[in-house]
Amino acid sequence: MKPAPFQYERPKTIEGVLAVLNQYGEDSKILAGGQSLIAMMNTRALQPRVVIDINRVPALDTLAVEDDTLVIGALVRHSEVAGSPIVREANPLIAEAYPHLAHRPIRNRGTLVGNLAHADPASEMPAVMVVGEAVMTLRNHDNLRTVHAEDFFLGPFETAARPDELLTEIRIPVAPQEQGWGFREFSPRKGDFALASVATVMSVVDGKIASVRLACAGIGPCACRLADAEGILAGATPGEEAFAAAAAAAVATIDPQEDFHADAAYRRDLVGTLMRRALADAHGRCAA
Amino acid sequence: MSSQKISLTINGESVEAEVEPRTLLIHFLREELNLTGSHIGCETSHCGACTVDLNGKSVKSCTVFAVQANGGELVTIEGLANGTEMHPLQEGFYEAHGLQCGYCTPGMLIRAYRLLQENPDPSDDEIRVGISGNLCRCTGYQNIVEAIRYAADKINQAEGAD
Ligand SMILES: Cc1cc2nc3c(=O)[nH]c(=O)nc-3n(C[C@H](O)[C@H](O)[C@H](O)COP(=O)(O)OP(=O)(O)OC[C@H]3O[C@@H](n4cnc5c(N)ncnc54)[C@H](O)[C@@H]3O)c2cc1C
Ligand code: FES
Ligand code: FES
Repeated sequence: MKPAPFQYERPKTIEGVLAVLNQYGEDSKILAGGQSLIAMMNTRALQPRVVIDINRVPALDTLAVEDDTLVIGALVRHSEVAGSPIVREANPLIAEAYPHLAHRPIRNRGTLVGNLAHADPASEMPAVMVVGEAVMTLRNHDNLRTVHAEDFFLGPFETAARPDELLTEIRIPVAPQEQGWGFREFSPRKGDFALASVATVMSVVDGKIASVRLACAGIGPCACRLADAEGILAGATPGEEAFAAAAAAAVATIDPQEDFHADAAYRRDLVGTLMRRALADAHGRCAA
Repeated sequence: MSSQKISLTINGESVEAEVEPRTLLIHFLREELNLTGSHIGCETSHCGACTVDLNGKSVKSCTVFAVQANGGELVTIEGLANGTEMHPLQEGFYEAHGLQCGYCTPGMLIRAYRLLQENPDPSDDEIRVGISGNLCRCTGYQNIVEAIRYAADKINQAEGAD
């Protein structure tokens, strides 16, 4: 047997999940797609006393647009999000990023919400959520609170979610029609985690950049917003010159890690190049 | 921890068993049912050697607990051939030399089996992306792509002839 023994709970309702979380807290783990959790249990990096399988909670599989907000529940698999016309229409940035995320069998089990709860620093989706201004809905047995994506990711594998909380869904404002989007990534093999990736949205009014959001992933402890670069772009005339200046500013502020995949200088270079390309993509997609 | 009763369909046959919740689906298949065609490479969802088809989707059976497959329908490599007649994919791997050591082959075949239902006439690029969750350390993939291409053509021709 690979994983250590555990007590297996499979509630059918959100309330049922919250009751078990309330009882066991830190001794328990939510099981969503299992693509990270079961792998870690197999190596015994994790040995939770209680595993709470949410795979048979029908109330968690919402994928819909409600009141100009895209709602994605905790059980919606990567493959469903990636292939969804609703998502492509409401938030094309998510659809743009998905081909870079893992491989089909992993996407068939893994969930977007589980991915965000896991908060791998190399994952694309936290950066996409920061740029898309997603809001996380967290519930415990007696409370519901919401946390903005920017405040949710705290470090490697660390989020604002508490041990007794279930991330029930994420809510993302429907992107304005005139907004352009860009996502660029480099990984040695398509579908693997990024060495670096950049996500952006932009809108242009009267030939000037009216609003822009930028974030990168794979760099540092968690997805980070590139505020300096955004500052340079705000009000600027979109084009290669402004994009290069913004990229230079971003490269000067980031502090990439060195590991056996890539050294810091290489990652810096990647961010600069990916950013210029992502910004050009976004500009090209802005409705005139 | 107490065992749980599960029942599922594997390659068209009903199976009932008692398993500990921590039993991985791949271990259940190999050790309880003696279906040793599906291999184990990494046990961390990386290599694809353990790929099976669960409820019409490719999944890695090392990151699914057997209890989670309760009520499910499973196809493993043992279910691919029709009696002694090879599946077109198996024939393709034979004809195009799609394997060397064979370790990745059952996972490749069962993934390709689903890929050709998702996309009956894939381009070489689509095949490569489609099998990107399955690692092969021997072939360099070229012949695997050709083997899948062979099977796609054969299946499509047979259907065209009907
Ligand atoms: C080979 C491979 C390649 C991959 N490549 C990529 C990639 O390129 N990009 C990428 O982003 N990811 C990648 N992944 C990771 C993949 O996206 C996982 O699906 C994801 O990290 C976890 O989602 P899950 O639903 O499987 O969560 P699980 O593994 O079930 O859970 C992960 C963690 O989150 C917690 N959790 C899950 N759901 C909730 C919830 N609703 N509320 C509170 N806590 C919760 C669990 O308790 C656990 O700690 C890859 C994985 C593999 C194996
Ligand atoms: S053994 Fe399951 S993916 Fe490697
Ligand atoms: S044939 Fe040896 S690993 Fe693929």
